[in-house]
Amino acid sequence: MDTALQTRTPAKPSTTAPAPWGRVRRSRHVADQALKIICTLFTVLGAFVLGWILLMLLVEGIGGLSPAVFTQTTPGPGSQGGGIANAIVGSLILTVLGIVVATPVGVLAGTYLAEYGKGSKLAEIIRFVNDILLAAPSILIGLFVYMLMVQPMGGYSGWAGGVALAIIAVPVIVRTTEDMLRLVPGSLREAGAALGAPMSTVIIKISWKAARAGMVTGVLLATARIAGETAPLLFTALNNNFWFSPTLMGGVSNLPVMIFQFALSPYENWRELAWAGALIITLSILALSIVARLLLNKDKAR
Amino acid sequence: MTALSQERLVTRADAPARRSSQSGFDRIFRLASLGSALLVLIVLLGIIGAMIYGGLPAFREFGFGFITSSVWNVNEDQYGAWVAIVGTLSTALIALVIGVPLSLGIAIFLTQLCPPWLKRPVATTIELLAAVPSIIYGMWGLFVFAPLFANYVQIPVSNIVEGMPIVGTILYARTPSGVGILTAGIILAIMIIPFIASIARDILDQIPSVLRESAYGIGCTTWEVVRNVLLPQAGVSIIGAVMLGLGRALGETMAVTFVVGNANRLSGSVFDPGSTIASRIANEFNEAIGLQLNALMALGCILFLVTFTVLVLARLLVARVKVG
Repeated sequence: MDTALQTRTPAKPSTTAPAPWGRVRRSRHVADQALKIICTLFTVLGAFVLGWILLMLLVEGIGGLSPAVFTQTTPGPGSQGGGIANAIVGSLILTVLGIVVATPVGVLAGTYLAEYGKGSKLAEIIRFVNDILLAAPSILIGLFVYMLMVQPMGGYSGWAGGVALAIIAVPVIVRTTEDMLRLVPGSLREAGAALGAPMSTVIIKISWKAARAGMVTGVLLATARIAGETAPLLFTALNNNFWFSPTLMGGVSNLPVMIFQFALSPYENWRELAWAGALIITLSILALSIVARLLLNKDKAR
Repeated sequence: MTALSQERLVTRADAPARRSSQSGFDRIFRLASLGSALLVLIVLLGIIGAMIYGGLPAFREFGFGFITSSVWNVNEDQYGAWVAIVGTLSTALIALVIGVPLSLGIAIFLTQLCPPWLKRPVATTIELLAAVPSIIYGMWGLFVFAPLFANYVQIPVSNIVEGMPIVGTILYARTPSGVGILTAGIILAIMIIPFIASIARDILDQIPSVLRESAYGIGCTTWEVVRNVLLPQAGVSIIGAVMLGLGRALGETMAVTFVVGNANRLSGSVFDPGSTIASRIANEFNEAIGLQLNALMALGCILFLVTFTVLVLARLLVARVKVG
């Protein structure tokens, strides 16, 4: 066998070093190399697409960035100038509203799954349902909140938008909270319980404290997730080209829906503002996700 | 003696009071966390209920024909879901055909080929693709990708296949504008890659390295290890991961709304504009009244049923791995 191989490829030192046992047939080698090359190419392609998207955002968005973008409200159809200050502020308010509603619910539900429910049937079901919600199309959540709040309350409102975003954020927070609490060693809890502390004290003072960084990461990831959500806001907060009412009733301007409407508009000025908004929102979300990841890695390394 | 008993009395009077307030908080805390957990369940039931309640009038009006009819005429109040269903399924299918090999390639690269120092940056880059809002993919797709796609793919391909049987129908663009079913499928593929890739990576990472090492030990190449050890081991979970990606692709709204073309008629060509359930809801909902609103809700109901089924199957196949 060895000699046969050698006669086929005479003693010329090959550039691709043959395996030490000298039996690797060429077709096996080809398949192996093909796999390696294809997988590497695919990865490069994935990274390339991200780079391409970011580059286009920078190229198209930076031209539109000016002080006016941050200080003036959105211009009317066809008019010049203007900014997206109202959309930026509206987006911030809606995102904060969503996170403020979602955090206690998500943290407590995650706590139930990790500390109280554990292996129970109910916990199993809720875990499953949470995973479904995590991946459910966000537009359906928009429809749900439309029927839950917009129709009964008689109109679009920032509150409905906040609730829709909260429903999207909750599963993310539940998931990370549970996962992080599970990493807390049981011996810590037992030590707390041995001192006579009731369960709630053990959870708050020991489990939550130990899992804090991971739980904060969950909230940050949830914030990043809802900050760019558009579909659920279409039917809840809608949009508004002016400053919205302080009671958050009626349409509340927000970046995602503004981008959607302006990008598809025939007005050059609106499209430029859409690109500027897209740049702002993407950079903030990427920054948020990177911070969340760094926090998580630090926590895992510890 | 009296002092002592008084002291004991005091502590006894004090202790139960403290314990009961503590156990009171304990109970409230427990109930609050149980309530929050139940809220998650209630929200899902609420979504199901709302979709059925909202869509019922349309289902009642058109019956089963709502699903099979391809008429969508607002003026005559006639609605059928077929065009949107076909659009949803075909864009999702295209997304899988393109996205799954790419995702698996990336997962294999990250777990088997990547040098350790490169692992973290590459994985983060791919995962950041998931953090980019879908509306950004839509804008990029419409303003950057679609013109290139029209010039370099649609027009040349259409010129070649024009007049051919079958292929000529599927690949001929009547109006090569760059938007259409195929473009939507490609954008969706890019969007689901990070999800499938990161889940597949986690699955491959969970395979005991003893298996891999023993295969290498008897002289297997990387390809053989992947083909004969990793894929059979992870097969079922990877199918689950692909179905999670399918769930995403079916329900994705904003990116698709930008690039699908939003046409209400059925076309045999993948280059022609179409619409999906999600894109139609996004486009028409705010102007819809009466029966049209119910028809859109009924579309939402169908979308929910389809994605719910896919997601449940996916969840059963993938044991808990992280998402997003």
